[in-house]
Amino acid sequence: MKIRITRYLRIERRGELGLMGRILMKILAILLALLFSAMIFAISGVDPWYAYTLIFVKSFTYSGLTEIATKLIPILLCTVGLTVAFKAGVWNIGAEGQLLLGAIGATWIALFVDVYDQLRLPLAILVGMVSGASWGLIPVILKVRLNVNEVVSTLMMNYIASGIVDYLVYGPWKGAREWGFPYTDKFPDTAWLPLIPGTRIHWPTLLLSVLSSILVYILLSRTALGFEIKVCGQGKRVADYLGIPYGSRLIIAMIISGGLAGLAGVGEVCGVHRRLRYASSISSGYGYTAIISAWLSGLNPIGSIPSSFFLAFLLTGRDIIQVSLGLPFATSNIFNGSILISILIVEVLGRYRIRWGRWTI
Amino acid sequence: MMEELVRMVGITKHFSNVVANDSIDFTLHKGEVHGLLGENGAGKSTLMNILYGLYKPDSGEIYFEGRRVYINSPRDAIRLGIGRVPQIPELVESLTVAENLAMLLPGLTMGRRLDYVKEVAERYGISLDLDALVCNLSFGEKHKIELIKGIMRGSKVLILDESTTMLSPREIDSLFGCISKMRDEGRGIVFVSHRIPEVLRIADRITILRKGRRIASVMRNEVDEHELVRLMIGTDIDKSIAKDKVSLGEEILRVEDLHVLDDIGGEAVKGVSFSIRRGEIFGIAGVAGNGQRELVEAITGLRDIEKGRILIKGKELSSPRCFRLYGSHIPDERIGLGVLPSLTVLENIALIFYKSFSNNGFIRFNDLRSYARRLIETYGVVTPSLEILAGKLSGGNIARLILARELSADKDLIVAFHPTFGLDVASASMIRRLILELRRKSAILLVSEDLDEILQLSDRIAVMYGGRFIGVMDSDEVDLEKIGLMMGGVVAS
Repeated sequence: MKIRITRYLRIERRGELGLMGRILMKILAILLALLFSAMIFAISGVDPWYAYTLIFVKSFTYSGLTEIATKLIPILLCTVGLTVAFKAGVWNIGAEGQLLLGAIGATWIALFVDVYDQLRLPLAILVGMVSGASWGLIPVILKVRLNVNEVVSTLMMNYIASGIVDYLVYGPWKGAREWGFPYTDKFPDTAWLPLIPGTRIHWPTLLLSVLSSILVYILLSRTALGFEIKVCGQGKRVADYLGIPYGSRLIIAMIISGGLAGLAGVGEVCGVHRRLRYASSISSGYGYTAIISAWLSGLNPIGSIPSSFFLAFLLTGRDIIQVSLGLPFATSNIFNGSILISILIVEVLGRYRIRWGRWTI
Repeated sequence: MMEELVRMVGITKHFSNVVANDSIDFTLHKGEVHGLLGENGAGKSTLMNILYGLYKPDSGEIYFEGRRVYINSPRDAIRLGIGRVPQIPELVESLTVAENLAMLLPGLTMGRRLDYVKEVAERYGISLDLDALVCNLSFGEKHKIELIKGIMRGSKVLILDESTTMLSPREIDSLFGCISKMRDEGRGIVFVSHRIPEVLRIADRITILRKGRRIASVMRNEVDEHELVRLMIGTDIDKSIAKDKVSLGEEILRVEDLHVLDDIGGEAVKGVSFSIRRGEIFGIAGVAGNGQRELVEAITGLRDIEKGRILIKGKELSSPRCFRLYGSHIPDERIGLGVLPSLTVLENIALIFYKSFSNNGFIRFNDLRSYARRLIETYGVVTPSLEILAGKLSGGNIARLILARELSADKDLIVAFHPTFGLDVASASMIRRLILELRRKSAILLVSEDLDEILQLSDRIAVMYGGRFIGVMDSDEVDLEKIGLMMGGVVAS
């Protein structure tokens, strides 16, 4: 494809970039965004150089890194899950809601179910995953059976999930000892995920998140089921043509996707907060962040690890901007937003080259 | 001698390496209806798209009222006074009829525009509900709007591209009324069609195209149906592929009183029954758009059945997967269905074989790779490696890749839909030989617009017209002219 700009300048499509080219493009995008954000910092009266030193130095101190790792866990779990759904052609915008359902499921086991102490945590994890998966199951069944657009239904179910959490913590599950705050009671120790000492990193979940990215990589690249899921991503007509059961493969993909998001929710309540709180404090948008992270990784489950790390770094950087520089929430969002949008723009522009010279034909 | 409006000289147009128009001459006079007749793929639409500025010819000249013109876009064509009624309406569905038409008359007040539209509609006896939303209209009504658009734009020349294919007989009558009126006003009309009776009814002069070449231009009163059929399909059958006798086995496919709907809910297949036995090639001839696509899609499980039954090896087809148990499908939609362009060549071959190359759910890619390598060698697929995206292959190689996968699967039933369409001669004849060879072990349903191909390969031939079989005959008792007449809708069996 060629687009003529003037007689002497035109844009044309070039072949796909190699791996190095793609990485270079992303670095270029980040530099561009830093340049743009520098202007914003300068306008807000903060020396950009000082701001960047602060962000990078603080992020890569020990405490900064542990904070990044803590945020990495839910983002990575949701990202890996979304990769499976996106490969199947299910545009799951609902990781946020599936995460919240996971948190609800885990809370139920932690506080309200009578089980042996040794079983409480494993059961909380299991029920959390099942809850997340079933929340994802509703829109995918509607899609397969009734052709309901999953972008809308998964998004809407996020609001429902968040409403349920808020209803529970303000209502029936409100803690007896919490002085009227919208929290449940603290979980018993037996429902706590173990932490790396001195940090907030709940390591079993971290391990599971990395393991999940490896397993999903194997699933998608080595197994017959993964192959079928990818083929279904090409559309129902293609699946029908090849005799691949479209509905059931989409449902399996969504169970994996929702289950991993549910696990992320378990990690947040059993590892970080140790209680259920109102929805926006449980997740702070990890499910949405994961959508960006999945695209940044190019829907590659292994690539999800660096891309999730990068987004966890951005979220941490945002906190630093707010806390240490005293800049408003909006400014720190501009920083994150400009980085993401320049990556997406460069992604598209990288497919073209600009040519000078006389236009022929 | 009538005044000449359009003269196209030596128009040639290639699409990649296929010649769509090969040095075609065409003229149109004032006050004449010029029928442009030919099978699908003969080059009629290409020629008219060039006149309307949608395509640029590789070479050739266009004169309009004696002046050399360069028509680079439909805007240029409209400026000259050339209008076109497309085969499928191109309207803004979410706007009203009035709004769609008013767009053509910039610079006037809305009231003046509507007055003008009403006047045109009245003059040509076209009834319209101007306030209706286009999306609520039937196909025939949408076509009327396109017709008015064409009349308003085409002050001198109007191109009607396969306009009657989806109209009811009454709608066709009223369309022909309009055409006669425009002829009397001194406009020139090009009536593009593959339907012989309609061309004979309305045209004053007829140009016949075949495989991109102009075969003849004749006056209406100089020809009859038989002559036109002969010109349209030719008579030379290539007997270079030898066909031996194969003994017939058991019945593989049985279709009983099949009714299937098309995409917009009209009945495309209206009660078709047939059966195919092992060792037999059953060919379905016909011009595109007579229900062949819907028939093939129903048999291969891609389209729901409205009424009737399809039995493969005695079992009723209940889901798309059932067909794949016993069948292979060579679709005409090569890219996006036959071959998935965003997957690699290896993955495209794996689409059918991944299960047989799996242990405990894991695909044995090494075994699959060596199998795939053998396949692409046997079928002559030229590719730099197995790992490149299939979308980068050339058209001929994509066709061979599909064949390699579908024909090596060793199934009882093979459905081939336009298997050689658009391919070069060498690829086409290789594919035909393969199909002939495969009939030793399979039952084959061959649907093609290429009559030569059908005649060469088939043991039995059905002609499909208007959603029905209007004749089924053995290949040794084939009367070419009769098939042509059936394809053109002139005779019913």
